[in-house]
Amino acid sequence: MPPTVPAAFRRLFSEIGTVDAVGVEERVAKYTTRSIKKRAKLFGLKLAVSMLDLTTLEGKDTPGKVESLCRKAVRPHDDPGIPPVAAVCVYPAMVRPARRALGAAAPVRIASVATAFPSGQMPLKTRLAEVRTAVADGADEIDMVINRGAFLAGEFARVQDEIAAVLAACGDAPLKVILETSELETYDNIRAASFLAMRVLRAGDFIKTSTGKTAANATLGNNQVMLEAIRDFYLETGTPVGMKPAGGIRTAKQALQFLVAVKETLGDAWLTNARYRFGASSLLNDLLRQIEKERTGAYQAPYYFSEAAESY
Amino acid sequence: MPTLQEKKPARPIRRSHVRPLRELIFGDLWEYDPAPETADPKLKPRYDLFIGGRFVLPATGKYFDSINPANEQKLAELALGGAADVDAAYQAAARAFDSGWGRMPGRERGKFLYRVARLLQDRAREFAVAETMDNGKPIKETRDFDVPMAAAHFFYHAGWADKLDYVAPGRRMAPLGVVGQVIPWNFPLLMLSWKIAPALAVGNCVVIKPATNTSITAVKLAEIFQDAGLPPGVVNVITGPGATGGILMAHPAAAKIAFTGSTEVGKVIMRSVAGSDKRMTMELGGKAANIVFDDAPIDQAVEGIVNGIFFNQGQVCCAGSRLLVHEPVAGLVVAKLKQRLRVLRVGDPLDKNTDVGAIVSRAQLETIQRYLDIGVKEGAEMWQPPCRLPPKGFFMPPTIFTGVTQSHRIAREEIFGPVLSILTFRTIDEAIEKANNTAYGLSAGVWTDKGSRILKMSTELKAGVVWANTFNKFDPASPFGGYKESGFGREGGRQGLLDYGKLI
Repeated sequence: MPPTVPAAFRRLFSEIGTVDAVGVEERVAKYTTRSIKKRAKLFGLKLAVSMLDLTTLEGKDTPGKVESLCRKAVRPHDDPGIPPVAAVCVYPAMVRPARRALGAAAPVRIASVATAFPSGQMPLKTRLAEVRTAVADGADEIDMVINRGAFLAGEFARVQDEIAAVLAACGDAPLKVILETSELETYDNIRAASFLAMRVLRAGDFIKTSTGKTAANATLGNNQVMLEAIRDFYLETGTPVGMKPAGGIRTAKQALQFLVAVKETLGDAWLTNARYRFGASSLLNDLLRQIEKERTGAYQAPYYFSEAAESY
Repeated sequence: MPTLQEKKPARPIRRSHVRPLRELIFGDLWEYDPAPETADPKLKPRYDLFIGGRFVLPATGKYFDSINPANEQKLAELALGGAADVDAAYQAAARAFDSGWGRMPGRERGKFLYRVARLLQDRAREFAVAETMDNGKPIKETRDFDVPMAAAHFFYHAGWADKLDYVAPGRRMAPLGVVGQVIPWNFPLLMLSWKIAPALAVGNCVVIKPATNTSITAVKLAEIFQDAGLPPGVVNVITGPGATGGILMAHPAAAKIAFTGSTEVGKVIMRSVAGSDKRMTMELGGKAANIVFDDAPIDQAVEGIVNGIFFNQGQVCCAGSRLLVHEPVAGLVVAKLKQRLRVLRVGDPLDKNTDVGAIVSRAQLETIQRYLDIGVKEGAEMWQPPCRLPPKGFFMPPTIFTGVTQSHRIAREEIFGPVLSILTFRTIDEAIEKANNTAYGLSAGVWTDKGSRILKMSTELKAGVVWANTFNKFDPASPFGGYKESGFGREGGRQGLLDYGKLI
């Protein structure tokens, strides 16, 4: 007999606890009142650059666009004090052009979305083949989507088995598991899905908020719920899992607020791109704009940095 | 070799369900730079008494210093009002009441209250900084809570002024006359506002004395009353020592007195007015129970515990100073609470990133310290997070006591500082019994995912306010006040309004 839905969810919540939405939103509102100035601001901005998964996930992506994105990723600005970003994030078909542009020993890693991103609605066999191809073509990291349908139906074992299968297909490449928070809807579900994923993952793998392809993406609220899940899981098992909020983080100010959440929830050990990433595209230019502002004391003319994420 | 007996520490809190914890590092990898609020508080070197719409010299001819508890420096001199000044204030108030304020149409009175509210909003940053310097509470609290909430009380009661005919069906509401009010130092501007606004809305005139330690925003608000064109004598502000407050409360011209402060002083005041026909409201001490059940959302409960006892350095009459936690989750809650306290920032109250500021005075700091000594001597286990306190000023790190029992003084007496006493319970009945086993009854908190349990608890808990899955939430429309030795009468809402008028 298949498991009944309430039983599956209730069993899980009695193990991992629930989340109060009002309380979470009050907590994260406090992060937005932190005032980050001067050296602390500069440090935070550069840290955010180094944590970026610079992303292009468009139907109209071309090898040329991806190559130019890669060059920007390695050298975001003419100021050599600004670090390269952590990774570029592309579709599997764009992994080869990215590898060609970056070379074998690049300071920037290649992350590829796979598993029928963003819906995941393909047979498992197809999804696994996609992962293997991306890794074979030179992807260093894989971003997968979970089976939200199975999750909402209470088929937790299926969700976990699929993550485990993708993990095996990744080999040594770190895996980022996208929960697609907007489709899970509640903070309770986000916490539940975080635990299901982490119980399969290895140290150095990530959980990730969203694909960026739905209406609602990373928020301080779902970031907080996932950070707290990571913290509880780490304190329980000793396995440190990374976190990647993606989509919707467009300004440097937002990025600093997310980093404040990391600092005050998980502490210093997560303030590194080995454990925290931003999935974003237009964020980079705002970070650079703010770094230049801190350096020169004045905002540069708007045309010094492109506004559009399209034009890397 | 330690014997088996020695290796087994006596721990009332059960930890058997908690696996060994790995440490998180809350270090200095990314330190926040100082971010001081720089708005000018516009302080004068000396403030006089506000009587009859003008600032007048005190009859005593004396002044006293107001100091900044965060650096012990003098902020301003305040007039030391005495019996003659109180008398003059009551006369001015009576004149104002008789010459028109009491008979003015409500919609006209309302305009003055709206004007005060808007002027306060206009000068919000200035008032926030002045309040922080005078009281020691962090700027983020004065900026985001005290000042906006003070303005909200004026707005809310301005709305009532022309609707008094609808407070009780078929009856009209009339003012009482002159009202005497004495307020404490923990929310100087906010208490001032939530006492003055309903009194004025109904048509009373006011003689008010702010706390000796924290009078600056009261005299600054008097400046706003002048700017708003409030008729002379409608509000009179007398600064001075506690004894002047006693004179103010016992004055024969007061038709009603309202007091917020300690239960001890409240009892003295009640004795002094016994036999008179004065109306009274008292908002006194508290020792609130914050009750966490095992099905509660733990991280949010921890946040609520922190907000309950470390908001305003715990100097809150409704502070959640007793944590009652369900035994199965006691170890987990305490562990998470300690983690959370490690990222609370104690320090310069004017820094926008400060979470816990300075204690209001040296005397209060010493009182709190005395309770810490008592707690340790009684056998409770004290814990404070590692934190660097500023070299000058009255600072106290957040403190928790585990292994507390009902008979401990730290579980019974109001400490009025950032000190949390943690007790455990096994069943709902035990939680209710322990929560109600106190002389006080101002507030309580309940944390559980089960809605029916919240309803049961809110019926059984003898407390004026019961918060469910939150703590320390206020609104001008929501009545606030206590049971038992926490006082009587309500402030805010329709209930609070009724305490300032008679139905005819």
